[in-house]
Amino acid sequence: MTALLSLRGVTKRFGGLVAVNRMDFDVTEHQVLGLIGPNGSGKSTTLNLISGAFPLSAGSISLRGQPITHLQAQDIARRGIARTFQLVRLLPSMTVMENVKAGAVFGHRRHWGHEADAVAEAMLEKVGMGGRGHMTVGQLTYIDTKRVELARVLAGEPRVVLLDEWLAGLNPTELEEGIHLIRSLRDEGRTVILVEHVMDAIRSLCDRCVVMAAGTKIAEGTPTEVLSDPAVIRAYLGDDDA
Amino acid sequence: MTALSSRDWGSLALCAIALIIAACLPLSSGAYNLTIGVTIAMYTVLATSWALFSGPTHYISLATAAFFGVGAYVTGIGIQHLPYWTLLPIAGVIGAVMAALVGLATLRLSGVYFVIFTLGLAEFVRQAITWIQNISGTKGIYVLTQITEAHIYWQLLGLAALVWLLGWLIGRSRLGFALRIIGEDEQVARHSGINTARAKILLFMVPGAVAAITGAILAPRYVYLEPALAFTPMLSFQVVIMALLGGTGRLWGPLVGVIPFTFLWEGISASFPNQTTLLLGVCFLVIVYLLPKGFVGLVDAARRRMRNSEGFA
Amino acid sequence: MDVLITGLLLGGTYALIAMGLNLQYGMARIMNLANGEMLVTGGFVAFWFWTGSQISPLLTVFLVAPAAFALNWLIYVIFLGPLVKRARSRGQLEVDAILTTFGLSFVAVGLMLAFFGGDYFSYSYLSTPIQIFGDTYGANRVAAFVSAVLICGALLLWLARSRAGMTIRAISVAPDSARLVGIDVRRTAALAFALGGAVTATGGALISTFLTLDASTGVIFTLKALVIVIMGGVGDVRGTIVAALLLGLLETFVARMIDPGLTLAAAYLLFVVILLFRPQGLFGRPTT
Repeated sequence: MTALLSLRGVTKRFGGLVAVNRMDFDVTEHQVLGLIGPNGSGKSTTLNLISGAFPLSAGSISLRGQPITHLQAQDIARRGIARTFQLVRLLPSMTVMENVKAGAVFGHRRHWGHEADAVAEAMLEKVGMGGRGHMTVGQLTYIDTKRVELARVLAGEPRVVLLDEWLAGLNPTELEEGIHLIRSLRDEGRTVILVEHVMDAIRSLCDRCVVMAAGTKIAEGTPTEVLSDPAVIRAYLGDDDA
Repeated sequence: MTALSSRDWGSLALCAIALIIAACLPLSSGAYNLTIGVTIAMYTVLATSWALFSGPTHYISLATAAFFGVGAYVTGIGIQHLPYWTLLPIAGVIGAVMAALVGLATLRLSGVYFVIFTLGLAEFVRQAITWIQNISGTKGIYVLTQITEAHIYWQLLGLAALVWLLGWLIGRSRLGFALRIIGEDEQVARHSGINTARAKILLFMVPGAVAAITGAILAPRYVYLEPALAFTPMLSFQVVIMALLGGTGRLWGPLVGVIPFTFLWEGISASFPNQTTLLLGVCFLVIVYLLPKGFVGLVDAARRRMRNSEGFA
Repeated sequence: MDVLITGLLLGGTYALIAMGLNLQYGMARIMNLANGEMLVTGGFVAFWFWTGSQISPLLTVFLVAPAAFALNWLIYVIFLGPLVKRARSRGQLEVDAILTTFGLSFVAVGLMLAFFGGDYFSYSYLSTPIQIFGDTYGANRVAAFVSAVLICGALLLWLARSRAGMTIRAISVAPDSARLVGIDVRRTAALAFALGGAVTATGGALISTFLTLDASTGVIFTLKALVIVIMGGVGDVRGTIVAALLLGLLETFVARMIDPGLTLAAAYLLFVVILLFRPQGLFGRPTT
């Protein structure tokens, strides 16, 4: 299986703090990769580095063999890597439809006019917000805002979807729906990188997992493998022998 | 592009009629009314083009005076060597290039740096020109032309029509959409695939060019041109206030701000000439606290209230 | 050599003024464009007390500082607090703060014009020459410099060591986290803002001993303070001092060697260069 995305020696320093330390991993196409680890381990920062939110301090990232290390966020988005944010970010004064159209117009495929409207409506259907494009952001419930943000991401028809704790804060029913939705993304042929804390989701969704602690990779493998790895358990629960 | 609805055609017709009526002003009224007309037309052009950029992006530009002054000097210097009709495009190009340079330097950064940079720009250009004039020995420039106040008025009307047309087109374009998104959340814009720096710079060239052309048109009115006259920072502040007072949410917003403010300013200048600065300050405060979306905002709020009450009828 | 010393003397006083803005913008997150007007007011009060009652500006400072503190506190609470509360994003707050402080600066200038007229005011205080390293300098500049150094030093120590000082630095670096550890961000911001105003007014009183001021010169000082704060790195206190000294040197150099009319242009060009090549300033961290 070809590696779609490759990280080699990726490092990010904020002043004296090393948030991500020489991360190496590959993301295989058409798979869901879980990026997990305790709080502060550098997972979101890694996603930020992949999406171009800020520059790397060292290392390289490549997409299908082409380096994307020094590209800016908009160029990375144009190459088909799209992301959601840890705290949902919708465009506050715009309608739901306009929010999703933003992804359709400027993403990977650059639609316009009626085409963009059609794509946006289709994505709203897909996330369960069909026919509600006229609503304003202020009228949405929490899970609806997440749905709209995902629709915006999908409207750009990305190859790689980065989800930053997208399942956080959902009740069991919503969680079920959310897992189902993410699985359908993989089944359509997209590649998903999932930063998550919800263990059930990780077990049922991820094909592979990379575990981070204090900025470094401490384990890699299938969910079953990593979740029974003593090093991983220690990282999450802390050292009992203190 | 999507086809025009019947409502669009209706608006276009209304605008055309309004412009034709406005164009008749020099033929019917006296000299004083024409002077006010020119002032209103000038500020409308400046404020509307200002709002095209600063409205959606929320970047407050105080560079209007700098572009205006440069345009005025293009006419002042050029009128002796070139035919008049070439001066306006030249001024436009110079203004656009200046704006692009300013944009390249500052639009990658946050809005605060942009405001301060543009604040200093007019002062900087004025000092530089004064210095050049001091060492080269020249003082001011005489701008002697056959152009009358009426000509200036009609040119400004034409420019206003062009600015409105351009604003309308941009509003329906990809660039317009991109800029609205940038104004809402620039990070989301970038991660959605928008090259935010380029979009901002491109759009900023519009008020730059338009302000320069306006300055070039107005230069004959001054007759004697010197730096302090051409580059008054006051102009930048007035344009900002008028645009914000009217509201940047609609194309006609700035016009609605220009008209009352012009009369207010004339009134205060006549009765309390030293208190114009105080007036400016009070207006800024009124805008921030009472009219954050300008008169346009009030109209929108009223419409929304009417719609809501109709829903219960 | 004399350019060097004069530049440093000027820069030292600039440091005090820029420190005020740094407290307001770097810590309280308010871009106060009325900063220069506060400076002029401080200078004016010093002028008034000296020409009226022969009270030394160095003593007037003790009156100006607390008065300016109270005034700025009120301004924050009345005008800026509501903006902080209603701002949906930091960018929105910045725009609102700019427009408001702009408005306030114009109101201040208008009031000053109304009550005191548009004349320049300057006065002769301690203009006796002092010898340093063989060249003569005005004692007023030296006295202002020494006072500025003392005040800046005290401020630095206070910000670094005292509890209140650390609280102020906390809200500048991480306002959300600060709230989580129980810091009243609003009150601390008001404190920083008021303190910044007091420092600026003090600087104004000191600078009026050797520079000519009038109601309209405020904006020039605001611009210079801005250049210094940005050049040094927003929020960074050492950076402000270093940048102020550099600007003082640059201005003196330009005034002596090129043309005294170009000092503002030189400061502005410096600003442009910084924006192009190192927008985070000398000591700031690169912005994301």
